[in-house]
Amino acid sequence: MALVRTHPALYNAARPARPEVKAEKETGDCELSEYRLEMRGVVKTFPGVKALDHAQLKLRPGSVHALMGENGAGKSTLMKCMFGIYHMDEGEVIYEGEPVHIRGPLDALHRGIAMVHQELQPIPERSIAENIYVGRYPMKMGFLVDHEKMYKDAAEVLKEVHLNFDPKAKLGSLSVSQMQLVEIAKAVSADCKVLILDEPTSSLTAAEVEALFTIVNELRSKGVSIVYISHKMDEILRISDEVTIMRDGQYIGTWNAKELTTDFIITKMVGRELSNLYPTRSNTPGEVVFEVEDFTSINPKSFRHASFNVRKGEILGVAGLVGAQRTELMEGLFGLRCHSAGKITYQGRELKINQPKDAIDAGIAMLTEDRRATGILGVLSIADNVSIASLNQYLIGGIMLDDKKIEELVQDNVAKLSIKTPSSKTQIQSLSGGNQQKVLISRWLARDPDVFILDEPTRGIDVGAKYEIYCIIADLAKKGKSVIMISSEMSELIGMSDRVMVMCDGRVTGFIDGKDANQENIMALATQFE
Amino acid sequence: MERIKSFNPKKFVSDNAIILLILLLAVFTAFNSDNFISQSNLKNLIINVSPRFIIACGVSGCLIIKGTDLSAGRQVGLAACVSAMLLQQMDYAAKMFPNLPDIPWPVAMVIVMAVMAVFGAINGAIIAFLKVPPFIATLGMQLVVYGICSVTTGNQPMGGYKRSYLGVASGTLKTATGIELLDYIPYLAIFAFIIGLFIWFLYNKTRHGKYMYAIGGNESAAQVAGVNVPATIIRIYVLASMLYGLAGFLVGAKAGGASTATAYGYELEAIAACTIGGVSANGGVGKVSGVLVGVLVFEVLKICLQFLRLDPAYTFIAQGLVIIIAVALDLRKYLAKK
Repeated sequence: MALVRTHPALYNAARPARPEVKAEKETGDCELSEYRLEMRGVVKTFPGVKALDHAQLKLRPGSVHALMGENGAGKSTLMKCMFGIYHMDEGEVIYEGEPVHIRGPLDALHRGIAMVHQELQPIPERSIAENIYVGRYPMKMGFLVDHEKMYKDAAEVLKEVHLNFDPKAKLGSLSVSQMQLVEIAKAVSADCKVLILDEPTSSLTAAEVEALFTIVNELRSKGVSIVYISHKMDEILRISDEVTIMRDGQYIGTWNAKELTTDFIITKMVGRELSNLYPTRSNTPGEVVFEVEDFTSINPKSFRHASFNVRKGEILGVAGLVGAQRTELMEGLFGLRCHSAGKITYQGRELKINQPKDAIDAGIAMLTEDRRATGILGVLSIADNVSIASLNQYLIGGIMLDDKKIEELVQDNVAKLSIKTPSSKTQIQSLSGGNQQKVLISRWLARDPDVFILDEPTRGIDVGAKYEIYCIIADLAKKGKSVIMISSEMSELIGMSDRVMVMCDGRVTGFIDGKDANQENIMALATQFE
Repeated sequence: MERIKSFNPKKFVSDNAIILLILLLAVFTAFNSDNFISQSNLKNLIINVSPRFIIACGVSGCLIIKGTDLSAGRQVGLAACVSAMLLQQMDYAAKMFPNLPDIPWPVAMVIVMAVMAVFGAINGAIIAFLKVPPFIATLGMQLVVYGICSVTTGNQPMGGYKRSYLGVASGTLKTATGIELLDYIPYLAIFAFIIGLFIWFLYNKTRHGKYMYAIGGNESAAQVAGVNVPATIIRIYVLASMLYGLAGFLVGAKAGGASTATAYGYELEAIAACTIGGVSANGGVGKVSGVLVGVLVFEVLKICLQFLRLDPAYTFIAQGLVIIIAVALDLRKYLAKK
């Protein structure tokens, strides 16, 4: 098979060195040869939604092309059309000067188009090498998998992307971010001419992001066209040559990355001016209400001896690197994970929490990190999603649910949090990330809890909706709720927290007052390894 | 984003393809055979559908939480055998338990349902606490129940039922009221109607129903939202087994006898009917009305094949294909969204 990787030396020889990166100005008229791949007038309709409305994209060889837009702008959909996962209703793809029809992912790979998905699709129980070569194993005698060659090739591919893993190790033994890097190695091994990276850095640490950028730069200098989807402005401005912005499935424009500023990108993405990134908060932290002492996981590698407290009306930010066990600690407090020792007190009363129900009954609410996996009830309606945690309040005679009261609750929340939905019967999975998050917040508001644990509350949410979520959080604190907010976005932590708790490797390493918090002192505590 | 909302005939046909095909088959059969549209056939259809609907209601709960229940048919069979043991005529020569007192049929019915509930609780506990995949857990239970049934009956078919028990299946509202027109409403249909109403209420108007759909939609998310997942799963399997108990009681009365072979293959029919009726193999979706349509359609298919004088051996092939096509079409609805 043509896709099976040959020796790296051959790989390089087959590829003429790419001329140095020059970022041209966008001009309307271009010769065909200038672009490696063009998508024109792409229309894609899903039941009830027009996801792409005459979108376009033009990729030059040997350049990094950032694709930006709010969630739901159609970036991933456009890429899935390019990679053959979706079939477009209208539009054309011109690849190396020829109009082509991409029949499916395998066809795309054969043509030299590779994609690293936003959601990983690994096989954790199989080896790293098998994960890299799945579907295109090197063969011998026509029908046997050539394991020796596969492991050897895999080792070379891993070396090429500066990863020092044993190709025979199970993929499942790696961390999520390491798996993501293997996924990138897989794309590289496909010897591609076009590489699509859909939010590749969402779970990477700073050092891993650097490693990724080195790989991207090397690929660029080999003449690969790279599509780079990310929400992180600083990354985009650093790595990309050109930027295409989309909004509501439509093409807004393409700019030279050097000409762009964060403000300009945001304005184009949301289609309006954003004055403030964070709302002004008017909450005043009161007395200590929620206390955790010496909280320790049953897993020795996870959180241990964690002690902290939260005040009434306070927003406590929780900072840390990937692997600092912040999520694990909070899920432990909420009863989703087991603990071996520790004491939780709320308003002087000790709480025994062994399952989420115990925590919820005690007045604690939690928004989990992975909204789709552990938050939304995808195929159920908005109404069901809002009411599921508080059904006990709507029983008539202890048996029958009061549909009218539930509908009132839902309408009330839809209005209060300005949830954009056609009706309360709409399936939650058809809403955008931001609106899904608001529905989940409504679910807890319906129970009126006193402590909110928010794990990455704005992850995967577009810029406009983020601000609304911040307003809701600020409002909760103002009403005297205690808010614990895990975030991996420094600016969010600094902008929203009254106090920042920093964790490193399962331990709480320190607290910083919100006014004094900055990138440097947070990072210093976050990297305080033992 | 633009919203498009209108009736789409193409979508309607593709969403209900299997139902429409079988209705077409029924029309074809009506034109090609003599007694297809007749009073006796209609009554026959109602009598056959009633217990199957009750079984399908039980299975539907398991399917909605992404589970399944392969032990359904055997539990129905065991329930029929237990009913037989309790309700043989006092003076019947081959009576299984000669010293058993005279038990009125409603009491026997409750006993049977209570006995079956134990099996449901075991199924549910194995799935909820030991995390055994429902397919495996209930497959094992299928064999266990069959074994229990063989042991207790000594592999002997049972008969000699009391008249009152037989009357549960043979009677109609005409028997009770004397009104000729009500002959179309057998007691069996009344049982099915009450169960249907109860399940509809349970699924749509109670906390248990909402929790069930939530677990089917996303079990981890339901747990985070404070749903007691194990308790809900056990409740669903217990209810299912109680419904199998009731159905077995009715099937026995209808057949006038019971053996280890009673209700052979009913679990697959029930799963097929649910799927045809729109209970999704992906979980979280399913309505009682759909289950009823599914059972009706599947029964109509069987009767059509009979009336077209197809060799009974071939009808199995046809039924099997319909099950596969129904699931394939159901999953296509989700694939189409990509």
